[in-house]
Formats: sequence, C-alpha cells, structure tokens
Amino acid sequence: MDLAYTPEEEAFRAEVRTFLAEELPARLSDKVRGGRNLSKADIQEWQSILSRKGWLAPHWPAEYGGAGWSVTQKFIYEQESALAHTPPVIPFGLNMLAPVLIKYGSEEQKAHWLPRMLRGDDWWCQGYSEPGAGSDLASVRTVAVRDGDHYIVNGQKTWTTMGQHANMIFCLVRTDNSGSRQQGISFLLVDMTAPGVEVRPIITLDGDHEVNEIFFTDVRVPAENLLGEEGRGWTYAKYLLTYERTSMAGLGQSRAALGWLKQIAQKEKANGVPLARDPLFAARLARVEIALANLQTTTMRVVAAAAAGGAPGAESSMLKIRGTEIRQEISSLTRRAIGPYAQPFLPEALEDGHNEEPVGPDYAAPITPTYLNLRKLTIFGGSNEIQKNIITKAILDL
Amino acid sequence: MDFTLGEDRQALVDVLSRSLRERYSIARRRAAAKETPGHDRETWGQLAEIGAIGALFDEARGGFGGSPFDVVAVFETLGNALVGEPVLATLMAGSVLPTNVLEAVIAGETIPTIALYEPQSRYDWTDVQTRATTDGDGWRLNGAKAVVSFGEAADLLVVSARTEDGTFGLFVVPAKTEGVEIRGYATNDGQRAADIRLIDVAAPGDARIGGEQEAARAVALGTLAVCAESVGIMTWLKDTTLEYLRTRVQFGAPIGRNQALQHRMAEVLIEIEQSRSAVINAAAAFDGDTLARDTALAAAKYSIGTNATRVAEESIQLHGGIGMTAELELSHYAKRAIMIDHDLGDADHHLSRYIALTAAA
Repeated sequence: MDLAYTPEEEAFRAEVRTFLAEELPARLSDKVRGGRNLSKADIQEWQSILSRKGWLAPHWPAEYGGAGWSVTQKFIYEQESALAHTPPVIPFGLNMLAPVLIKYGSEEQKAHWLPRMLRGDDWWCQGYSEPGAGSDLASVRTVAVRDGDHYIVNGQKTWTTMGQHANMIFCLVRTDNSGSRQQGISFLLVDMTAPGVEVRPIITLDGDHEVNEIFFTDVRVPAENLLGEEGRGWTYAKYLLTYERTSMAGLGQSRAALGWLKQIAQKEKANGVPLARDPLFAARLARVEIALANLQTTTMRVVAAAAAGGAPGAESSMLKIRGTEIRQEISSLTRRAIGPYAQPFLPEALEDGHNEEPVGPDYAAPITPTYLNLRKLTIFGGSNEIQKNIITKAILDL
Repeated sequence: MDFTLGEDRQALVDVLSRSLRERYSIARRRAAAKETPGHDRETWGQLAEIGAIGALFDEARGGFGGSPFDVVAVFETLGNALVGEPVLATLMAGSVLPTNVLEAVIAGETIPTIALYEPQSRYDWTDVQTRATTDGDGWRLNGAKAVVSFGEAADLLVVSARTEDGTFGLFVVPAKTEGVEIRGYATNDGQRAADIRLIDVAAPGDARIGGEQEAARAVALGTLAVCAESVGIMTWLKDTTLEYLRTRVQFGAPIGRNQALQHRMAEVLIEIEQSRSAVINAAAAFDGDTLARDTALAAAKYSIGTNATRVAEESIQLHGGIGMTAELELSHYAKRAIMIDHDLGDADHHLSRYIALTAAA
C-alpha cells in the first residue's frame, strides 16, 4: 500500500499550487475564507481566470475543451483549490449538465452549448426539485406538451440554487402520464428569458438569498432543446446525479474550514486559556479532526479504485453522508467557538464595501449564518437518509 | 496511490484464512480458554508453519515480513477468524527479544509475552513501580504486573522495571524462574490473561534487552495490530448481521426490509470503512517520525475503540434476543471487539493522547 502520490502527481500538485498562488486574487480568497458573500461578478471573475487557463472544465474530454484530467488529478485539484479558498465554480452547467450532454446530447447541442459554458455565456441552474417532491424526483409534475416544433411548459420548480443569476435551466418535465412514474419524464433545456418564466426568491433561515422558486406559465421551448429522447429523462437524471455526488463529500472545504476553526480556537479564550486547550473543546476538535483524516483516506481509496477503472457508485453515498456530517460538525464547533458573539445578526457585514467597526471579533459575523446555511448539506443532493437507502440496495443488498 | 495488498501479502492472507476456515473454530477457542495454558497448541503450531509468525518480523531477524502492512494483513485475518492465540503477545515481546531467541519464537517452539502494565498504571505503560536492583553481575526484580495477555502460556516474560536511578528498562525472564508467581484467569472475550508477581526474581546481567524507545515501539506495533484485528472482527460482524437481516422473517418479511434497520446497517458500514482508513493511515505513518506515527496510532485506536464498540452493540441489537446468547458465534466476536478497547489504551485515553501530541506539533 502507498498513500503517496506518484512523482507525476506531485508535480501536478505543485503546478496547481503555483497557479493558485499567482492567479487567485487575494480579495476573493479572503472573502471565501471569511465566509462573506460572493457576488455574481466575483464568481464570474474566477471562472474566467480558470477558463483562460483551460481549467474551467478540466474533467471534460479534451475534444470538447476539457483538460482530460485523470480522476486523481481532479481530486488533487479540488483539494488544492479548497485549501486555497477559491470561489466555487458553479457546477450546474460545467459539472452536471455537461457530462449528460456529452453522453446523450446531439452533435448540434454539444457544438452549441459546451463552448458557451467555457466562455461563460450562460449561467445554468438545475430544475429538478418541485414543491412536495423533496428527494422523490420521480414525482415530477411540471408538464411539457408538444405543439408543433415547440413544447409548452407549465409547472413549478423549487430550491433552484443561484437561479436568480441564471439565464438557462435544465428541467425534468413530464411528457407522458400513462406509464410508471419513472417513464414519461423528459429532459428539457429552457431559456429563462422566455415569456412565462418567473423567478421568486426564497430567503433561507440564515437570511440569505441563495435558492429560488421558478414558475413556468405557457413557456414555449423549441423542440431542439429536448435532450436525447422524449421519455428517457429519468435515465439522464440518474446519470447526472452520479456526477453530483462524487464531489459532495466536501473534503477540501472541510479541511479548509477546520484550519480556520483551529485558528479561531487559538484566539478565543475560555477561563483565560485558548479554547484549543479547553479539555472539552479540544476533545470535540480532535474527534472531528480524526474523523476527517479517516474520511480523507476513505475518499482516496474510492478515488484510487475509480482511477483503476472501477466506477464510484454507491461508495460516493458513503462519502456524502460522512462528509456532510463532518462539515456540519465543523461549522457547529466554529459557532460554539465564538461564544455569545454567535448571536448578533449582521447581514450587512457580509457584503462588499462594509467598513463599520465589527461587533465582537472581526471574523464573527459570518459564522452563525454559515452554520445555518450548511444545515442544507444533509438534505440536498438526495438527503442522507436517501443515501442510506442507496447504500442499502447497492452495497448491503438488503 | 495504491491501496492493494500486493501479491505476496495477498497470498499469505489467502493461505492463512483458508487454513483457519478449515481447521479453526469457536469451539476450539472456547475449549482452550477454559484451562491453562489458555490456547490451542495445535493451532499455534499451524500458525507458525503457515508463516503467520514469521510474517511479523523482518528478514534480518529471521522472519520474512515485518512491515506495518504485513502486521495489518495478518491481524485482520486473525480477527476475521476470531483466533484466540498469543499472536499479539508474540508480536510485541518478539519486537524486543534478541534475534537468537526470536528464532525459536518464529518456529513456534517458544511463546513470549510482554508485561508492561501494572495494577496502578491504568493505560500508562511509563507508570512503572516494578524495581530492578543490581545484584552482583545480575538483577533482582520486584513488583506486580497486571492483565498480562496469555501470561500462563508464555515461556518467556518481557517485563518493564525501573532501575535504581529511575531508568526505564525491559528485562527478559523465563516464566519458570523462582519468584515468578502467575495467577491466570479467563478474560471476558474468551481468552486468558494473568496477574504476575515478581518476588526477588534473579536475572542475569544480559537480561536487560531494551529501554523506553523499544517499549514504545512494541506498544505502537501492538496498537496497530489490535486495530487491524478489530477491522477483521467488525467485517465479520457486518457480514453475519447482514446475512441475518436477509433471512430472519418477521411480520411476513425479512427484517432487512425494515428501513430503520437498513439505516443502522448503512451506519455500521460507514464506521467500518472509516476504521479501515484509520488503520491504513497508522500503518502508512508507522515508519516515519515518531510523532507522526504516534499521532496516527492514537487517531486509529480512538477510531477503533469508538467504532468497534458501536458495531458490536449494533450487531447484538439487530440480532434481537438471539444476539444475547453465548450459543451464537456473534456474541464471541462482539465481546472481543469491545474488549479490544481495553487493550493498550481505550478511546478516551487515545483521544487525550492525540490532543497532547497534536498540541506538541
């Protein structure tokens, strides 16, 4: 056994580090580390830096403008990016839709949409969830009816992350009601600037506007925007979800967040000594640090298996469950670390241009909102209970 | 990155597990634990013959393995078959014995054990009240040792003692030496151990075979080994419990159809895979610097102590009433899984150790 990277992989890691050191603006990494709000422009700025480097869609095959990275290279890149506190790449187009397009889309669709993603022409969002559906995607009720060379779409999507910035949405829609729930679902690409599309914000418990409801009223969608075949949307959706889950352990993000927490635990004091030396807090910190080290190796085992040709299937559900639990625990400990200053609610302090005297420590304001926001981790992408159902079927064979 | 065992190691594991499957059983284990010497001599001979003992030591010392991953592979296999033989004692004591003595150990002719802990020391092996005083060219040993694994089976005892100037030393003493009083007993996990008194035990000058560093390494090796053993046990518990969930019918359906039980099993699976990763981390760090080694070991033993207990308790619970019976093999695996937390430091001990070590870093 050998946990070390090969010399080639180490060289790659050094290349990534150099790139991040030279190209990642400190203004952006400071915001990410501190948990302050990123604007649409911030995210686009980082995405265009990556695009110039050819690293915006590195996992795509080279023929479509990807870098053709191996599974291991992608893993290394994700870890290094998280540790450097880069802004997130918006995954919906690049990481989720693109693999489905590449596998199931027509040549015209690929030639049209993929270059636009690399140039940042479109901001995609995901139209999967519907009110009352939760993790039960097959219960989709948004209807698309064929009318000549168009579909007429009516219905409602929800929990649409960053939908307020998006101009395109990929949707699961029902085109047929006669068969089983999984049949009759189609996969449609919808222009959000078309008449009849309405976006309404959902304000989450942290006070932030990250998700939206989207209403479709007689929206006309050109038939060429149907991906693959009518009625096979469920197959495409499942394929997309495997891509969504492989990165959902958030290992890099947890490592970065734990590093930040440990710095805070040195600054904050309980009974006159740094919190890091308070026996109860130190024990909680050590427990989550050990759990994270174990998860890192588990993740590397899955990556190594995938690199050797195995497909990470239900194993990614294990990583999702434990990874999200750990990330939540770190955010929870960070909230506890700042004591009473976890209480002030100062959303203006998270925005650009805020230069008032901070209330409490200057790092305190984003901590409780981050903790509250991250409650989503064990719910989205198929709740952790759904992930356990997947493990039950696919690994435990029960 | 490479997480495969490698050909030679895999071959040893295959031979060892096949042999244990064919020749070993819980019944044999239980019979052995009822009386002295507390283990099954025939099984011991087979383990030596197959090379399970030799795999624990490197070539320079007469073995043919000795790497941390060799230790992991052997002990995971032993754990999976719930072998109740003094392999751990042999690994730890053997790591400090002189090479010429080790030869007979590897051949299966001599069984050694190591006695580091004392009635007052709890899990701190540096808390040593046993005294070694000089006596002419030799030594006189006086003191008491606690819960020595397979104390009755051992031909040789490696004991810790402090000399007159307070220096920590390891001394080797034949078990039959006058003044060595061994009080053997069964343990809760179906093996045997002993409390040992040393009353004016005479030892020659060359009986001192090591100091604190050697003891630390023996403890580290033993910790890695029991962690790996635990992964083997947990894997068996999971497999067996899954089989039960698939076959036991209640309310007209296999109980494994019940989502409440399915989710508990999914948790069990995750705990086991996390434990396996912890053991890999510890083995990978083993030959690096001591601080990194000890930190990874503390993390592993903490993880194992916490997870194995949970896996054992869940396995009993998921079996329902039958899980409470001594008749079921499962109860024996569960007991060993839980008792490993009392070998070489429990989860709380290793968590505080981890905190102390990372604070020093």
